[in-house]
Amino acid sequence: MDARDALMLGRDSEGRLVRRPLSPHLQVYRWQITMTLSILHRITGVGLVIGTGLLVSWLMAVASGPVGFAEAQAFFGSVLGRFLLFCWTLALFYHFCNGIRHLAWDLGHGYDLETFSRSGWFTVGATVGLTLFAWILGYALLG
Amino acid sequence: MATFTLPANSRIGAGQTHKAPAGAKRVKEFRVYRWNPDDGQNPRMDTFEIDLDQCGPMVLDALIKIKNEVDTTVTFRRSCREGICGSCAMNIDGTNTLACLKPIDEVQGPVRITPLPHMPVVKDLVPDLSQPYAQLRSIEPWLKADTPPPPDAERLQSKEERAKLDGLWECILCFCCSTSCPSYWWNGDRYLGPAVLLQAYRWIADSRDEATGERLDALEDPFKLYRCHTIMNCTKTCPKGLNPAQAIGEIKKLIVERRG
Repeated sequence: MDARDALMLGRDSEGRLVRRPLSPHLQVYRWQITMTLSILHRITGVGLVIGTGLLVSWLMAVASGPVGFAEAQAFFGSVLGRFLLFCWTLALFYHFCNGIRHLAWDLGHGYDLETFSRSGWFTVGATVGLTLFAWILGYALLG
Repeated sequence: MATFTLPANSRIGAGQTHKAPAGAKRVKEFRVYRWNPDDGQNPRMDTFEIDLDQCGPMVLDALIKIKNEVDTTVTFRRSCREGICGSCAMNIDGTNTLACLKPIDEVQGPVRITPLPHMPVVKDLVPDLSQPYAQLRSIEPWLKADTPPPPDAERLQSKEERAKLDGLWECILCFCCSTSCPSYWWNGDRYLGPAVLLQAYRWIADSRDEATGERLDALEDPFKLYRCHTIMNCTKTCPKGLNPAQAIGEIKKLIVERRG
């Protein structure tokens, strides 16, 4: 129940009740860097929950014995598995970096538009950088 | 509730096109949202071609020209034409602003004009602002003090105390910010929105006001205040260059700090 529903009723010139339209929002609002980074924080948060499920499934596979472990390893080593892992690390680093921005805001810092925009783009850059670094390091360690 | 699409009665159809007069050299297209409670139809976008050589520089000038010369039924609010009354707030070229402060030549291509987003439409570009006005009343936007004022004198403030109100008192309550906020779109029934929270902070920050604790109590609520996720569309769009997001951040900070 939304209290605003009552405001969707209006009257025409004869005094008859008419249903008012809702003005367009997402349909017309120009995508801003502000709202894009914000919704990405939400999406990566959801992604991390799903990714954590995958991590748990891998740990369960480890506990289940050599056969299950081998199967899980085969899945995570496949192209799809690696892609999912890549997305998970991307989400992790984005959520981490943007989380630091949130901490700064909670302390009262970084609200002026210029700083806000700069910290936003820095977050995007750091996410890409950290993700690539983690994967290059991973493959280097694999040899 | 977050509903990302428009209800069936709100989907926008194609409208009429009003061509520029022959011989016009600098023609600009204005696509204007129209809805008439009397014709029983869905909203539509009408196109008006305007000769910029015969028009003032601001989007409001074009709207007034359209109303005067092309279609007298085009409905919008306007008053001061200099960015102090807040009446002509609308969505222009995808962001909320005041039509009187928005230069036409800042817009590339056709100028799309729709009412403030996610609001009930009264007619054309006029939204029903009853909800944000009621929310403004709810934060009791006036000075509250138990101490009587000094006899025959004002309640005094130091220059520093007065400076804390800069960036707050300038708000003209046009609600460009609240209606730019996705959180307000989805939860505006209970979330107060940036404009009203900035007003709340204007009284919290006032050294003469003695109801700070009471005001913070009233705001400490998962919906009224904490639906702000620092999206910052509010600050990005404010036609007066104010920072509602920061004001909300200050309120959140005060609530944490008073816990000690």
